[in-house]
Formats: sequence, structure tokens, C-alpha cells
Amino acid sequence: MSEQTKSVKVLVSLHQPEQTNLKNYIIGFIASLALTLIAYFITQYHTSGGRTLLFWALSVLALSQFLIQLFFFLHVGREFPPRYKLMITSFMILVVLILVGGSLWIMHSLDGRVMPTTQQMIKYMNSQDNL
Amino acid sequence: MSSISQNAEVARADRLIERHEKDNTTIFGFWVYLMTDCVLFASLFATFAVLRNNTFGGPSGATLFSLPYVLVETLSLLTSSFTCGLALVSAQARRKTQTIIWFIITFALGLTFLSLELSEFHKFVVMGDSWRRSGFLSAYFTLVGTHGLHISIGLLWMAVMIVFIYKRGINKLTMKRIRMLSMFWHFLDVVWIFIFTIVYLFGALHA
Repeated sequence: MSEQTKSVKVLVSLHQPEQTNLKNYIIGFIASLALTLIAYFITQYHTSGGRTLLFWALSVLALSQFLIQLFFFLHVGREFPPRYKLMITSFMILVVLILVGGSLWIMHSLDGRVMPTTQQMIKYMNSQDNL
Repeated sequence: MSSISQNAEVARADRLIERHEKDNTTIFGFWVYLMTDCVLFASLFATFAVLRNNTFGGPSGATLFSLPYVLVETLSLLTSSFTCGLALVSAQARRKTQTIIWFIITFALGLTFLSLELSEFHKFVVMGDSWRRSGFLSAYFTLVGTHGLHISIGLLWMAVMIVFIYKRGINKLTMKRIRMLSMFWHFLDVVWIFIFTIVYLFGALHA
């Protein structure tokens, strides 16, 4: 086989539409199902203690399911280089983290700085004669 | 191999690549749209997270939501995401009837999800816990409602797609659209993972 034929074959295989296969969907579905059910049952039957632990456990479960569906259902990271889809997805994750993390940080900080407690509010209202 | 057949092969490959790249650009563009849609959902999630405790004397998530009910919703949407993947696999194998059947099952599951969600909304509004009740409920209805709106649009698209496949069969054009529709549907399931966890499961923790 000449070099040219070989490179043509490689090029053609690179440009075939990403073939999805049944096996990946089944793996993705079973894994997502398991993670959803685990998250549901640990929340439904949790005892009053250990809420922080449960919070982190649920976060980890959601993130793993997110990555599983991204990989097995949406085929992110399974394309040939250059991986534009993976790049733009990573950028999206960064934007979402900045947006959500930033909003929560700012609002939490504002809450601590300017929101008076109920006691402070009552004291203030009592100090104002015309209120 | 002779050089003539080699040249023919190169020309064939060129055509294939060119045609495929055009389709891929459209599909990639659709992916970029989905990623910008994430920014919309991220803002709504941030709003919800900020307002989640502002119940203004109204009900909190823990008293309002029924987890088994939400689990049924979640499972029907997750299964519909899976059957949508099966529709894509069938379409790629050029099996028209099978593709249509999987899309009809996906549609039915999606419709089940939507009606469960709408009847939940209806129940809340009738009980007087509508979006007017508190900041928490405004954020809840906006976030979950926006997802529900996406689901409705997806269902409309799927109904049109089923007729389209039925009339035209599976060719390059329908294939491209099937791929975009399946991406849209899987994307909505991905967003729901976070609604399920952050709105419903975390809501139950704050009891």
C-alpha cells in the first residue's frame, strides 16, 4: 500500500461521523440510574446528623453523573483532535463556576455586611421615633 | 495500485470530507448554542441558591416537595434520554421504523415528565404557594419552569422530527437533525441532574 493510499484511508476514518454505539448508552444509562437511586435513598433515609457529609456526598454523586452523561450520552472527549467540543465544554464549565461561585460569594459577603439581624432591626426601629 | 484509482480515491475522500465538515460545522454550532444556554441556567441556579432560604414565612423546600414524586419524574426523564440515544443508534444503522418507535417512546416519557411537573406546579399554585408567595418560590418556579419550557420545545421538535423521518426516511439531512435533537434532549437531562440534586435533594436536607 502506498503512503498516499494510507494517508487517504486515515483521513477518511477521521472524518466519519462519530459513531455512537449501543454499549456506551447502556453503560451510561445503568451508571446514571445507579447514581440517581443512591442519591435518592441516602437523602430519603438520612438521620438528622451528618448533613455536611451528606451534602458533599450528593455533590460528588451529581458531578459523577454529569461527567458520565457528558461522556456516554453527549460524546464529549470522544472526538478526534482537535477537540473543539471538549475545549468549548471546558470553557463553559469555567464560566459557570465563575458565575455561580462569584454570585454566591458576593451575596454571602453582602449578607454578612449589610443585612441586620432581627434584634438589630428591632433596636433600630425602636430608636427611630417616627417609625 | 495504479495511480488513476489512487487519484479517484483521493477525489472521493475530498468530497466526503468536504460534505462531512459542512454538517459538522452545523452540529458544532448547535453545541455552542447549548453551551451558552448553560449560562442562562447557571444564572438561574445562582439566583435560586441565593434565595433558597428566603421563604418569608411560606413553605420551605422540605415541606413542599415530595421526594418519591420527584424520583418518578427524574427516572422518566433519564429513561427518555436513554431511549433517545437508542433512536440515534437505530438511525445510524439506517433503521427507519426502529428509529421512529424509539422516538415515540422518548416522546411519551418526555410527556409523562412534563405532565408530572405541570401537575406539581398546579398543586402548589392551588395551595397558595405560587411564585408570588416568597423569593424562594419565585426562584424555584423560574428555574424549574425554564427547564420545563425547554422540555416543551424539545417535545414539539421531536413530534415534527417523527413526521419528518416518516415522510423522508433517513438521509443525510434527517440524520443531521436527529443528531442535533438527541444532543438537545441529552443536554436537558444533564441540566435536570442539577435541579434534582440542588433544588430537591438539598431542599430535603435543609429540613
